Amino acid sequence: MTWIGRRLRRFEDPALLLGRGSFVADRSSTAAAVKFVRSPVAAGTILGIDIPDGASVFTARDLAGTKPIRPILERPDYRAVGQPLLAVDRVVHTGQAVAVVVGRDQADAEDLAEQVYVDIDPSAAVVDVDAALAEGARQVHAEAPGNVLVEGRMKTPGLDQAFAEAAAVVAITLRSGRQSAAPMEPRGGLAEFDPASGRVTLTASVQMPHMLRTGIADVLGMRETDLRVVAPDVGGGFGQKMSLFPEYAVLVWLARHLRRDVAWIEDRRENFLAASHSRDQVFGVKGAFAADGRLLGIDADLRSNVGAFSCYPVTCGVEPLMAFAELPGPYDFAEYGVRSRGVTTNTCMMAPYRGVSRPMLTLTMERLMDVAARRLGIDPWDIRRRNLIKHFPHKSPTGLVYDPATYLEAMEAAEQRIGLGEFRARQKRLRDEGRYIGLGVSVFSERSGYGTPAFAARKMQIVPGYENVDCTMDPSGYVDVRIGASPHGQGLKTALAQLVADELGISPEHVRVISGDTDATPYGWGTFASRSMVIAGGATKLAATKLADKIRLVAATLLEVEPEAIELADGLARVRQTNRSLAIADAARAAYHQSYKFPAVGAGLRDTALYDPGGTFSNACHVAEVEVDIGTGGVSISRFLVVEDAGVLINPMIVDGQIAGGVAQGIANALYEEVVYDDAGNLLTASFADYLPPTAAEIPEIDIVHMETISPATVTGAKGVGEGGAIGAPAAVLNAISDALSPFGIEALEMPATPDRIRDLLRKAGISPHG
Amino acid sequence: MKPARFDYHRPARLAEALELLSGHGGNCKVLAGGQSLVPAMNFRLARPEILIDINDLKELGRLEDGAQGLRIGALVRHAAFHQPADDSELSRLLSRVVRHIAHYPIRQRGTFGGSLAHADPASEWCLVAATLSAEMTIASTAGERKVPADQFFRGLFTTAVAENELLTAIEIPALPPGARGGFYEFSRRAGDFALAMALAVLVVDGGVIRWARLGLGAAADRPLRLLPVERMLEGRLADAATFREAAAAARDLASPSGDIHGGADYRKDLVATVVERALTEAAS
Ligand SMILES: Cc1cc2nc3c(=O)[nH]c(=O)nc-3n(C[C@H](O)[C@H](O)[C@H](O)COP(=O)(O)OP(=O)(O)OC[C@H]3O[C@@H](n4cnc5c(N)ncnc54)[C@H](O)[C@@H]3O)c2cc1C
Repeated sequence: MTWIGRRLRRFEDPALLLGRGSFVADRSSTAAAVKFVRSPVAAGTILGIDIPDGASVFTARDLAGTKPIRPILERPDYRAVGQPLLAVDRVVHTGQAVAVVVGRDQADAEDLAEQVYVDIDPSAAVVDVDAALAEGARQVHAEAPGNVLVEGRMKTPGLDQAFAEAAAVVAITLRSGRQSAAPMEPRGGLAEFDPASGRVTLTASVQMPHMLRTGIADVLGMRETDLRVVAPDVGGGFGQKMSLFPEYAVLVWLARHLRRDVAWIEDRRENFLAASHSRDQVFGVKGAFAADGRLLGIDADLRSNVGAFSCYPVTCGVEPLMAFAELPGPYDFAEYGVRSRGVTTNTCMMAPYRGVSRPMLTLTMERLMDVAARRLGIDPWDIRRRNLIKHFPHKSPTGLVYDPATYLEAMEAAEQRIGLGEFRARQKRLRDEGRYIGLGVSVFSERSGYGTPAFAARKMQIVPGYENVDCTMDPSGYVDVRIGASPHGQGLKTALAQLVADELGISPEHVRVISGDTDATPYGWGTFASRSMVIAGGATKLAATKLADKIRLVAATLLEVEPEAIELADGLARVRQTNRSLAIADAARAAYHQSYKFPAVGAGLRDTALYDPGGTFSNACHVAEVEVDIGTGGVSISRFLVVEDAGVLINPMIVDGQIAGGVAQGIANALYEEVVYDDAGNLLTASFADYLPPTAAEIPEIDIVHMETISPATVTGAKGVGEGGAIGAPAAVLNAISDALSPFGIEALEMPATPDRIRDLLRKAGISPHG
Repeated sequence: MKPARFDYHRPARLAEALELLSGHGGNCKVLAGGQSLVPAMNFRLARPEILIDINDLKELGRLEDGAQGLRIGALVRHAAFHQPADDSELSRLLSRVVRHIAHYPIRQRGTFGGSLAHADPASEWCLVAATLSAEMTIASTAGERKVPADQFFRGLFTTAVAENELLTAIEIPALPPGARGGFYEFSRRAGDFALAMALAVLVVDGGVIRWARLGLGAAADRPLRLLPVERMLEGRLADAATFREAAAAARDLASPSGDIHGGADYRKDLVATVVERALTEAAS
């Protein structure tokens, strides 16, 4: 029996569904409560900090021996800025931690925090990306003239020629509102001090435990061995929990300084103020098109608002450099010019969020295709048909190599399934009744599962990418898989168990995956960037293969045959084409207790493997059908189709869940969520009353169809699929809105396309609420 | 997200509650469903020194229906309206309106009286009270007084209920025979506060509007009953042209202020839309 490809229910779920999960806050009840005092203004000089008498309050002065968080990109265009653990002399965004208070419990800590008075001489804030780039804009950091922290540029030699020869040049500018990943569980950490060893155990809601340990040890100047980082159940991360935040380093410092247990459980307001944001981007692109719709070249000016600091370890290059390298997406064209800047402002730091830049670059390319199609009088599906990558491996203008995928096939399957003819007839009929429906398509590639070469190309000083996996079968025949990845809701433990089960011929229920504990797992990079199935999964498969060889050797010795004659299945080591067999558990017992019989195996059953792939591209086509209410500007989505190709699906149910969750976040990006600052840098959306994640009521049923192009670039044949939903959905929704409003010629949509913005466009086009 | 310190009282009788209120006045707050007050306390936007929890005052929890209309105790939960209390058009209308108030769990706790006392301009119950000429009973140790809706709402989050007083009941008069209600609300997500909403009740006879009530919510600092538009409607044909004219008139009477969910121009457009749709529903 094979387990790969089965919709096995997730082993992780029963505990979570029954309320038996264990999150940081569940473990923190006896620790002293920590509350951060945060800057009430976006920019200014700290004149003084008044502390209530006798209160346990610490400021930057107390932390004098610590270093700022200062990630490095080894590029001449990168300006490194340091993020102090607590503000030193000045503040650079609303919500920046200025002091820390330790109280008996949460309420006590909050009472004390209220009495800490921070006297700040405010200065004017720089909030908007284009305002920060304007001539004479105030400098956010002395190190960064012009407020640019990183800038990627390139231009292929034939670009000018392409534009000179173009039959049409189409220019568009797109904006995405700033988003928060808004995980259901905000950040939080418990730092426990062990007086016997002097070690600290930091239990924290994080995606990257090993990196966090290294980062904290570096900034606190302590030995890594004195720190253990544990990621317990984590209530969603989506990238927001992969960076090293000052709060965690302060917690470890407090535990060591006070020699006691301290816990910080972030509230929602703090999460909005100080966790991290993303997607605050303005992309201006020009496309040169031939008369038949072929795309000849792109010239792009990409601006990303990266906020006040550079996130550790991936740096503020993550959005601008991703956009720089991957804007061409699934399209085959040769000439490319790009300037992509990461711009610092007095706002909360930008860090990765599911999709990183690709929702915006997909939106940009897909809007460009639709606008160009309209301009050239070509069907929007046809213009894509002419331009999609069809030959593999494909090399993009930025040098990325695409493995085989189904860009065209997925789109054509979507075109069939959605019933274009029926839709157009219905659209026409409804328009006559004053109702406006639209259909939008979005085709994209999702670069995933990339190892160190991809990160090294970004010139990161800390280069993530590989994973080590340790696979051990115990004497009873059960398997422990220790991984450096750190799943937090993805169901990875179930999927890895399916992989191991097939290699070893045992049941997945006999496989336990251990993650999220630096004392118990090999050094690894955690879970982000659609990498865990590909990389941790690849390493797991490799380690399990080696372990299977050992089991076969043991069984062959005991059954007195050649190892090649042994097959592992159904819990048995069987001699092929016979009915002779041995329970795998018996082989395991022998490997440990009669090891002298198996000198080639050594004692016990354990193996490890390293995997560091170059990367793979999964792909999908999303189609949205929407109705725009002319009277309210409201948009409702009536149909949503995803045709996805993620290679081999280890557990299709889990893949469907990843797609559905991502699509919901993409719809949020397209229609609902926006972090808003006023001109002074005050956050106007600090709760879920103002920051609006869609609920189940706003998200349509999602129709998911799979294609399976087995990736030659990965050992499992699987491709990453964690981000695609969020990447493709915004473009499909905005294209659908534009299609619905095509009678009014409305094209200049921005994200989120709120009712207010849509009504404004209609009003400017002279359309009254009554149609 | 923890409230500032407060003392807590949970009186068993109305007289005791009124006694506490008269003793402490400005330092205390009444706790009903807690769905507006508790979040405000957790944000430390509200910092009462004393909380008077009225949830044990059974006499405030009664919902009575009769030929005169409905008498709603201040503590009647929103969820009590999920099913119409009787087969009157008024009860049916309220059961349609209630589905727009927040979410199911919040409707189990939140109270009719709490909504009125809180006086959020985007409250559905405030709109109902203002449009349908409800009368509020307000009690203190000095006795009871009745205040009509047009004198009850005084501005943003401000009502005729004084610091030492308690809102005890709301009476909504029955609708005239043949009356039909229409309600339309627009909000960003299901359960969010309205960006605009309109409540219309019409008696239409032979295609002509004989009697009209029209109210607008989330379009000013308090719920608005649109008397001039009601007068304009009465005697006119119940048709699309009339409703558009009414919508345009309502747009002119509204004074919404803009915020991040919609600028003032947008909200004015919305007013026109919700008024037209509420009237259309009432006439259909
Ligand atoms: C997520 C969310 C969404 C919501 N959406 C909506 C919505 O769409 N529409 C809507 O109308 N409401 C909405 N609400 C508010 C909800 O309806 C509240 O229940 C209501 O506003 C207040 O009622 P309460 O009983 O909870 O009052 P409380 O929160 O207990 O009190 C509110 C205020 O009224 C005072 N008060 C309460 N009762 C009395 C009384 N009898 N006499 C004198 N003063 C009194 C309190 O002192 C306090 O100042 C929402 C709430 C939440 C949390």
